[in-house]
Amino acid sequence: MFDHWLGKLTIHVIPYDNPIIMSAAAFMALVILLVLGALTFYGKWTWLWKGWLTSLDHKKIGSMYVILAMVMLLRGFVDAAMMRTQQAMAAGADPGYLPPHHFDQIFSAHGTIMIVFMAMPFLTGLINVVVPQQIGARDVAFPFMNAVSLWLTVAGAALILLSLVVGTFSRAGWTGYPPYSELQYNPGVGVDYWILPLVISGVGTTMTGINFIVTILRKRAPGMTLMRMPLFTWSALCTSVLMVLAFPALTVVTVLLGLDRYAGMHFFTNGQGGNMMNYANLFWIWGHPEVYILILPAFGVFSEVIATFSGKRLFGYRMMVYAVAVIALLSFTVWLHHFFTMGAGANVNAVFGIATMLIAIPTGVKVFHWLFTMYRGRIRFTAPMLFSVGFIPLFAIGGMTGVVLAEPPADFMMHNSEFLVAHFHNMLIPGALFGYLAGYMYWFPKAFGFTLNDRWGKIAFWNWLIGFLLAFMPLYMLGFMGMPRRMEHYGNPAWQPYLVVAAVGAVFIGFGILSLIVQLVVSIRARQKNRDLSGDPWNGRTLEWATASPPPPYNFAVLPVVTDVDAFAAMKQAGTAWQRPARYEAIVLPRNSGLAFVMGGLAFACGFAVIWHIWWAATATALGALAAVITRAWRDEQEYTLSAAEVQRLGDARFADLENALAAAVGQSETTGNQPVPQV
Amino acid sequence: MEAMELTADTAAEQLETDADRAFGFWIYLMSDAVIFALLFATYAVMSRNYADGPSGHALFDLGHTFAETLLLLCSSIAYGFVSLAAARGRRAQALLWLGVAFALGLGFVLMELAEFNAMIAQGAGPDRSGFLSAFFTLVGTHGTHVSFGLIWILVMMAQVAVKGLTASVRSRLLRLGLFWHFLDIMWIGIFSIVYLPGVLQ
Repeated sequence: MFDHWLGKLTIHVIPYDNPIIMSAAAFMALVILLVLGALTFYGKWTWLWKGWLTSLDHKKIGSMYVILAMVMLLRGFVDAAMMRTQQAMAAGADPGYLPPHHFDQIFSAHGTIMIVFMAMPFLTGLINVVVPQQIGARDVAFPFMNAVSLWLTVAGAALILLSLVVGTFSRAGWTGYPPYSELQYNPGVGVDYWILPLVISGVGTTMTGINFIVTILRKRAPGMTLMRMPLFTWSALCTSVLMVLAFPALTVVTVLLGLDRYAGMHFFTNGQGGNMMNYANLFWIWGHPEVYILILPAFGVFSEVIATFSGKRLFGYRMMVYAVAVIALLSFTVWLHHFFTMGAGANVNAVFGIATMLIAIPTGVKVFHWLFTMYRGRIRFTAPMLFSVGFIPLFAIGGMTGVVLAEPPADFMMHNSEFLVAHFHNMLIPGALFGYLAGYMYWFPKAFGFTLNDRWGKIAFWNWLIGFLLAFMPLYMLGFMGMPRRMEHYGNPAWQPYLVVAAVGAVFIGFGILSLIVQLVVSIRARQKNRDLSGDPWNGRTLEWATASPPPPYNFAVLPVVTDVDAFAAMKQAGTAWQRPARYEAIVLPRNSGLAFVMGGLAFACGFAVIWHIWWAATATALGALAAVITRAWRDEQEYTLSAAEVQRLGDARFADLENALAAAVGQSETTGNQPVPQV
Repeated sequence: MEAMELTADTAAEQLETDADRAFGFWIYLMSDAVIFALLFATYAVMSRNYADGPSGHALFDLGHTFAETLLLLCSSIAYGFVSLAAARGRRAQALLWLGVAFALGLGFVLMELAEFNAMIAQGAGPDRSGFLSAFFTLVGTHGTHVSFGLIWILVMMAQVAVKGLTASVRSRLLRLGLFWHFLDIMWIGIFSIVYLPGVLQ
């Protein structure tokens, strides 16, 4: 009778016989044990719980998002490396080392992880750390909801990681197209392991979008009009709007597919009145705006980094704002270009093809404005700047191949080929990931109080750049040669040399990731030497550099008054930066809460129970989540007050640091002139 | 003197926070509206996919739907009286009207469940055809929203009873009101896009 209690879950769902999966599982278990052991050994459990897991501080939540993204980047990269190895081997008589059902899971997991559980947490983390400081706010509008978003995302990511060991993942690709993803062709738990994490994390993302729309529109410092907002904040606002309007489509389409699978409905089935083309529409109504959700924040990072390291105001600020907004708007008008071949008709295809090409206009505007910002600037080639400069030509190539694909007749030839794979990696690696990495290195000192090693950052950049070119340029050619995507094995020996080059590219990207890890380790060890005392390590232009590094929980003891687009640069010029306030006031801050963490845990458990049809546990955890919401809704006192004396103590410490920074700056020669000299 | 200043500050901050929350809730409603829009579109696409099963003309009973509509709209009116009572600080009245809104809403959900049950009993469940899948999902999503609204009304009745009409309770009542009226609008859509054309076929 106990069989019923565990639904479809038995001991046999763990793939003991697969050495690759088992060694990956052993590695994950080892890492988890090491982390748990280290926490216990150094007595850090209280620190972890009170300082991080229950924290509602947007800087800490943002940092945790980025840590999650880094972990998932590793996992997604391992998937990529395995696919590259398989395709480099499996020509002609050689079957390679991966059986088809395993290869299919790997490409499905790679896409889902990289987009939804690497890129999304990365950009959300950057937005969390930076935006409230950039607009001169003390916090986000809804700190508790922010934590719930984080823990729902973590719950989704954890479910995907778990699918490696307990059961199998989906074989239906990251897009999960029916009818293949229907019960008839995929009776196992694989597709459910794809649906549930997307639903859970999608809810979290929608809440993030709501949170940042309200934060940006209502919490700005006095004087910061909309047209004085830094470009990263603008891109965060546009991304948030897209999140709120597009993510419901992902929720709808995955839930409908789930209803087909769990309740025997016929939304997308073969026969019984199902309509699988509706799936493609609904999926890409989310999927295309999603591309811009990923890319717009990276555009924002490039705008900040290029302006700062060129020592100039951003060229054509107004145009840049309009361009971001137009891209956000157009992103909802092009979804059909993902399935021109579905046969909607020539006129429909033409409309969507032209709309797609139109996006190249605002994007081109942005590229030229970045170039003009650098023109006659005093450029400092730091690692974040290298990522930004490297992005521009690569992104131009990707954009042009995008315009090629936007022509329906050309798309009919290249649809589903390696050309497409090359195109979207061309957009998302230089276009999104380079931006996130630039942002990570640029804002790392702000979040943690010391700068990252620039030399290792540059090594990482060159490895990423060369690796990207080697890995994806051959795929364009393979596309022209007629190679379809997602091939586990192929008969055409002419393709193999290109795939070997692509595999070499993956090795370089691996070195790029390794360099990032080395950079982090080296920098942590040298953290005392590289402390950022001034809070403004790059001679920054926007308000986040006016705070200490790391900032106090309230960011600003006295809210700044904004008079210019580059608010902090203007203050430095007018000599009003770093002014000691006449008197400090008490500040109200959100109290820590473990409830968000608990909700994430319940979502994870509920998702797991639904995947395995353990209905009693699904009901219990869902009721638990409802109880948690009601508990939270009942409490009125969710804040605590930091006394004026405590704010004063923190403020005095900050000014002592500034004086030390001043002393250090005086000791240095003029040649380092890019360092600001704080005037206290 | 300073204590008074502090209270005034706190009150202003409270107002500010409540306004943030109301604005955030409006945005949530917009994203929920996208969910409904996509479900409506899906229903429109699938509304003739009978797969040799029954059509809306055979299944829908306009009298039943009319009664449901009356219950839901009257519940909304009752909620309007909750808002008036809350604005005037009349706690007992607010509780009474919350109770009325709850009872009418519960009647709506029960009638909907009865309709679903009858359809499933005659072999017209959601697994019968694409049309019925879309029907049950669209109408059921609305019904699920109403059911969560009912739970929310119960929670707010408890809060009004225990805490009284404090500033934060009033601000929660405001957002519950937005939610409750929003569901009316969605129902009008369902009535006009699902039931009326179905019966008129």
